[in-house]
Amino acid sequence: MSVVELITAALLAIGVFFYFAGTVGILRFPDVHSRLHALTKADNLGLMAIVIAAGLHFGDGWIAGKLALIWLLALFAAGMAAQLVARAALSPEHNA
Amino acid sequence: MMEELFMLAALCVLLSVAGALYRAWRGPGRADRMMSAQLIGSGGGGVAVLIAAARREPAILDVALVLALLAAFAAIAFVKTITRDGAGDPEADTEDGR
Repeated sequence: MSVVELITAALLAIGVFFYFAGTVGILRFPDVHSRLHALTKADNLGLMAIVIAAGLHFGDGWIAGKLALIWLLALFAAGMAAQLVARAALSPEHNA
Repeated sequence: MMEELFMLAALCVLLSVAGALYRAWRGPGRADRMMSAQLIGSGGGGVAVLIAAARREPAILDVALVLALLAAFAAIAFVKTITRDGAGDPEADTEDGR
């Protein structure tokens, strides 16, 4: 197990941990907005760790760039979606 | 050895996505069910990246890209259905949603 593989394995563990943190956050938090908070933040951290681990594993610069773009898209998409869903969940007719 | 590690991580992420389906089933409000759909998008993207790394197949990265994109559009579609006449402008402060 070379150093790079150890780093990759550690990053994978961190990524999986954040995904589980996001899931536990979704299941355990009391109301909509705190669940949104857990979902958006934890998942993107998990995805970041996984993207870095995959980039190290692939070893190719172009693929690492593509992975970084995937993560950026997921980041912006989640941020935007969380804002919209939170605002939509505020309105009274939603809870009807 | 590393490939098995990536596959194991993909399995764990899949389990976490499966755990979130409980929220889709129990979710009191529609926003909760929407959140689990969004989690499937980002969790599925993570699984696709992991499988792409495990099999050293860059083509699977496009699956993750599309999943991330579709999750965003699903959230937008959900918000657009919330306002009464479907105008879907969340910035609107007026009563009739325009």
